Formats: sequence, structure tokens, C-alpha cells
Amino acid sequence: MAGTLAEKVWDAHIVRRGADGAPDLLYIDLHLVHEVTSPQAFEGLRLAGRPVRRPDLTIATEDHNTPTLDIDRPIADTTSRTQIQTLRNNAVEFGIRLHSLGDADQGIVHVVGPQLGLTMPGLTVVCGDSHTSTHGAFGALAFGIGTSEVEHVLATQTLPLNPFKTMAITVDGDLKPGTTAKDIILAVIARIGTGGGQGYVLEYRGEAIRSLSMEARMTICNMSIEAGARAGMIAPDETTFEYLKGRPHAPEGADWDAAVEYWRTLRSDDDAVFDAEVVLDADDLEPFVTWGTNPGQGLPLSATVPVPEQITDPGDRLAAERAIEYMGLTPGMPLRDIAVDTVFIGSCTNGRIEDLRSVAQVIEGKHKAESLRVLVVPGSARVRLQAEAEGLDRIFKDFGAEWRNAGCSMCLGMNPDQLAPGERSASTSNRNFEGRQGKGGRTHLVSPLVAAATAIRGTLSSVADLGPDAAREPELAHA
Amino acid sequence: MEKFTQHTGVGVPLRRSNVDTDQIIPAVYLKRVTRTGFEDALFAAWRGDPAFVLNQPAYAAGSVLVAGPDFGTGSSREHAVWALKDYGFKAVLSSRFADIFRGNSGKQGLLAAVVAPEDIELLWKVLETRPGTEVTVDLVARTATCDDVVVPIQVDDYTRWRLMEGLDDIGLTLGHEDEIVDFEARREPWRPLTLPAKHLPPVEIEAARPVPVTIGSPAGTSPRP
Repeated sequence: MAGTLAEKVWDAHIVRRGADGAPDLLYIDLHLVHEVTSPQAFEGLRLAGRPVRRPDLTIATEDHNTPTLDIDRPIADTTSRTQIQTLRNNAVEFGIRLHSLGDADQGIVHVVGPQLGLTMPGLTVVCGDSHTSTHGAFGALAFGIGTSEVEHVLATQTLPLNPFKTMAITVDGDLKPGTTAKDIILAVIARIGTGGGQGYVLEYRGEAIRSLSMEARMTICNMSIEAGARAGMIAPDETTFEYLKGRPHAPEGADWDAAVEYWRTLRSDDDAVFDAEVVLDADDLEPFVTWGTNPGQGLPLSATVPVPEQITDPGDRLAAERAIEYMGLTPGMPLRDIAVDTVFIGSCTNGRIEDLRSVAQVIEGKHKAESLRVLVVPGSARVRLQAEAEGLDRIFKDFGAEWRNAGCSMCLGMNPDQLAPGERSASTSNRNFEGRQGKGGRTHLVSPLVAAATAIRGTLSSVADLGPDAAREPELAHA
Repeated sequence: MEKFTQHTGVGVPLRRSNVDTDQIIPAVYLKRVTRTGFEDALFAAWRGDPAFVLNQPAYAAGSVLVAGPDFGTGSSREHAVWALKDYGFKAVLSSRFADIFRGNSGKQGLLAAVVAPEDIELLWKVLETRPGTEVTVDLVARTATCDDVVVPIQVDDYTRWRLMEGLDDIGLTLGHEDEIVDFEARREPWRPLTLPAKHLPPVEIEAARPVPVTIGSPAGTSPRP
């Protein structure tokens, strides 16, 4: 029977098929662990006297809490320090590989997995973090889980799950210069809404997706959860194989050949039926930014802040009124007139080397607007080292930006990198919820290119706003 | 897990849509390593507002939350469920839940039941007109009752059975361990192992600040950073 990509990966992992409404028991190939959602899971194992079933399918990093300054000193915040120490103790006690702060392989869990070549097509990948959907860019079925499920996977290497529905998101055409993968996904979320993907695995397909690099594909799959979807997937192709080959944990020799042969079968059959379909044209896309307090409240940069009275749905109108008030905006004002205090470049959405390169290309030789601060936080220690080897750190520092160590940082403000109440950011991260980046903080989600242009001009801007010189770089198109 | 068949408690009308997990519990409260003690963190940003529903005496002891659509969106943090439970909530009713939140609730014995939007509106009207009114959530009859309003609630059969029996998932799964062992024997050799660890090539790292010289250390050596 014809199947979708998601169904094929699902079927290959069924340990036990559920009957009479009971869920299927699914095998988990790779379990990623970090300090925030794991302590209570390890505690549960300890209380029940259970070991970790497969430490060799488990890997941990420190990312959510870690400071991005003075990383060679004890962590100043005592609760953060305790949480990180708890992970270190658990890793030793249960025999789990951990990349700690200061280790060259430390970083945001969703940047580290692909970087080490652990994320591969056809795997099931879970982590106690909703942005686990990132790994779907390789054609893996990857999704976030809660702490009870973390404990369940540690104990059994399986999860009981009911099948997801499938939604095809086809993006035709070509991205214009100045637009990126981030603009595609923000436009998708604005189209289907923050609840539009609930219960679904999204499969991104079409010409515009095929021409994206692996890193750009990760940006797209990363934000699937922002549309409510459990996972996002992209069928593997030559781009995927090329990215993987030679990475530390990529298969070698005959294993590589066998893997690639199997991976080539991982695509939705031509006659596969999706439960829902959405079509977008990349040719129509402009740089997209959010104006409100959920990721679905986004518009093209050339638009104006919505006027609530013109919104017909009462629920949406109320939500817009509340968001506009929280964000301190005036209905009808051009989005381009919004001045920001902070530009944050980083996160599991846009903290990889290509993101940093694209920002550096725009800002090289320029200086940031006086009124704002710019934070550049690489997604992993390796990304930081790579950027330094390429001299990008120099470009950021000359621009007036702060060049930090790797971690989740201001994306969620669990470490000292936070917005002050009322402070406004243009952020390459993934959530603009109230208080997400610090209590009272106001977040506009943007692409790395919009972040760069905004840092130069001080107000939400696209690369095109910088004049003809800046927009001419052809490689910006797929950053 | 405690068995859940029926619960009666004060209903709390939360007339907001898209209540994300950052609103239910902000990230700064996620640093604790325990599973309890999160009651003070629930809706932390809103608790400072005297007009917020839980700050009104009639609702403060509430245990049935009646919320707008898309409740629990955003992060996978199970702390959101713990915070609701620690505050005293036993059930959340909404017309739509985020998937991960609903899953987490089921694992922790918090009932997350779907109620049609027009029925949520009916419940809100009763609870707002007569603050302190109790709601009875009956998992056996699949209904929520609030004064003269009786509305159907939806919970998937498997979660309902587990809640009513108070069953622990891990115990259920370990009952099938032989099948897990069989599956593992069939896994292909190309699938990755995290151990033994393989790394990217080593890199020369320059110290960010001058390394202090320790008196008495042999020439040419320096303390490990």
C-alpha cells in the first residue's frame, strides 16, 4: 500500500501494534537529553530501581541554563548550577555520554546531534524539548516529549504512541534574494495557525524545499511545533547524504551503502494520501516578521500592525487586542517603523554556521545602530570555533555585537541573557510568547537577514532596505 | 498513579486562547530538580494582577480549569502539568489542547478533556455569573456538570482507561520486554550508537583570558583550564 514518509518511518519502528484503540509501542533510535527536563525522570528511575536500558542510544548536553559569558567559572545562579550538576551526577550514575559546558562538542542539543552525525534519515529521535522536530530535516521522525516520557524512554527505549495524521506542505517556486527558510516557516505558521498542525506530522516538499541546504531545512522543521505539529519532515536526498558523509557517527563502508540504499526509499509514494495539504509559493514570499505574542501572529515586513476592529473572528480579535497591548504597538503602524532595543542572533532555529555567515555578510564593514545591543550566540561550541576560524567573530565584534559562548541563551532566558521589562527584541529564535525572553520582554521573530538589517538600521528592516549594494549577494537567497 | 473516575471542585473560567506553556509556567521556574513545589509558579506573570481570575477569592480554591482554545501550546515542559496539579487542579477543559501538553497530562493523572467551544461558553457563563460554582467532571459518564448545564467531554479511550485504572505506563511497557528484545535483534547495523563516543577533529583553543602562572609549576606547563 502506498505510504507517506512519516508512515514508512513509523511502521519500521513498531515493536508491538496496539489493538482496540491502544497505542502502538514504538522503538526509539536516539534519545537526546538536557538538564531541564531530565532530573525528575532520572529520579523516577532511581526510585523504581530501574537502569537506563540503552545508554548507547542516549546522549546528553548542557544548553538551556548555561551562561554564555565566563564559562570557565562556576555558574553564578545557584539553581542553574544545581540543575547542571544534577545532570552531571545522573550521567555518571547511569553511564550516559554528556557534553558539558567547556567541552568542544557542547551546545544546543538540536545543533549537536546533526553535527556529530547522530541524526540520520529513517530514525526515531526524541528529546524532552519540543524543538526536537528539527531533526526531521533529515527524514527522521523526531518529536518532543514530556518528562514522564523521558523516563519511559530511558527505562524501555520505547514509547506508546497513537499514530499521527499527515499534512503535506508544498512550497513551490524559488526564494527571492533576502528571503530565507525562516520566512517560509513563519509564513506557513501564519497560514495554518498555532493550532493548525495539531495531531499532524508535517511533510515539507516542493521545489523551494529541495533547493535548501540541510541547515535551512533544519530551520523549517524546527518550527513545526509552532504550528502545533508534533513533527516536521523532509524526505532525504543527495543534499542530506552529502551533509552526513564523513561525520563522526555516520555509517562507514558497507553500512553506509546499505543505509543510503534504504534512505533512498524514504519518500512519500506518488499516490500516497495525506490527511491535509497546504500549498505555498516561495516566489510570493517577502521577509516575514511577527507582531504579536504567538508565532502565528506574523505578517510580511511591508505590512502594518493589524487593526483589531477589522478582525471578524471574536477570538482572534480579542487575542490581537491583548497582543498589541502587551507588545506596546499602535494598530495600523507600519512594521518597518518598529524600533528595537536588542537584536538576538542564535537558538536551535538560527544558531548554525550558515546563519552566522549570512549575518556577517550583511554587516561586514558596518556598525550597529547606536541605540541597540546585539547578541550573537552560536548554537554549539563547534559552531563558535568554526566561526572564529572563518574570522566571523571579528566581523561581529567590529560591528559592535557581543560574541558569546554557545547555548539556548536569550531564546528562553533561563540563563542571565534576558530582556528587561518593556524591552523589545528582533530575535532569530522561535517563540514570541509573553515574557519568553524575560518578564515583560517583547519579541519579534525574524530571519537572520532581517536581524542583521535591523541591527544596522535600528528598526525592523530587510536587506533590501540597506540599498542596492547589500541585496546583490546571490548566496544570501538560501541562507 | 491515583485512579480518576469523578471529581467535583470549583470551576475557574480562564477566558483566554493560546495559553502557552510559558504562561502556565515561565522558564525561570524550570530550574528545580524536584517534581513538586511548583504551585507558586503557576501563571506567575498573571498572578501579580489583582484582576486575574485566581486572585479572586471565589475562584482561588479552584480545581477545574475551563480555558479557551489551544491550551498548553509551545514547549514540552511537563512542569506545566506539575504546576497545575500542585496548585490543586484536577481537570482542565478546553476546546483544543496542544498534543504534548495533553499527553503529559495523561501521564500525570491530570484530566485534559476536550469540550466543544459553545459548551465552554456555557460553562464560562455559569462560572462568571456565579463565581465559586462547582463543576463535576465524570470520566465514567464522560460529562461535565455545572449547575443545570451538562456538557459532554471527550477523552480518548486509552487515556480514559489508564486514568480510571491509575496505571503506570512504564510498568505496562515492561510487560512486553521480550518483544523489545526481539525488535532490538532485528535493528540494522547502520543505525547509530552514541557509545563509544566519536568526535569531530580536535581544535586548538586559545584561552580567553591569560592563564595564571602557579608558583612551583614546572616550566612550560599550565594548570588545566
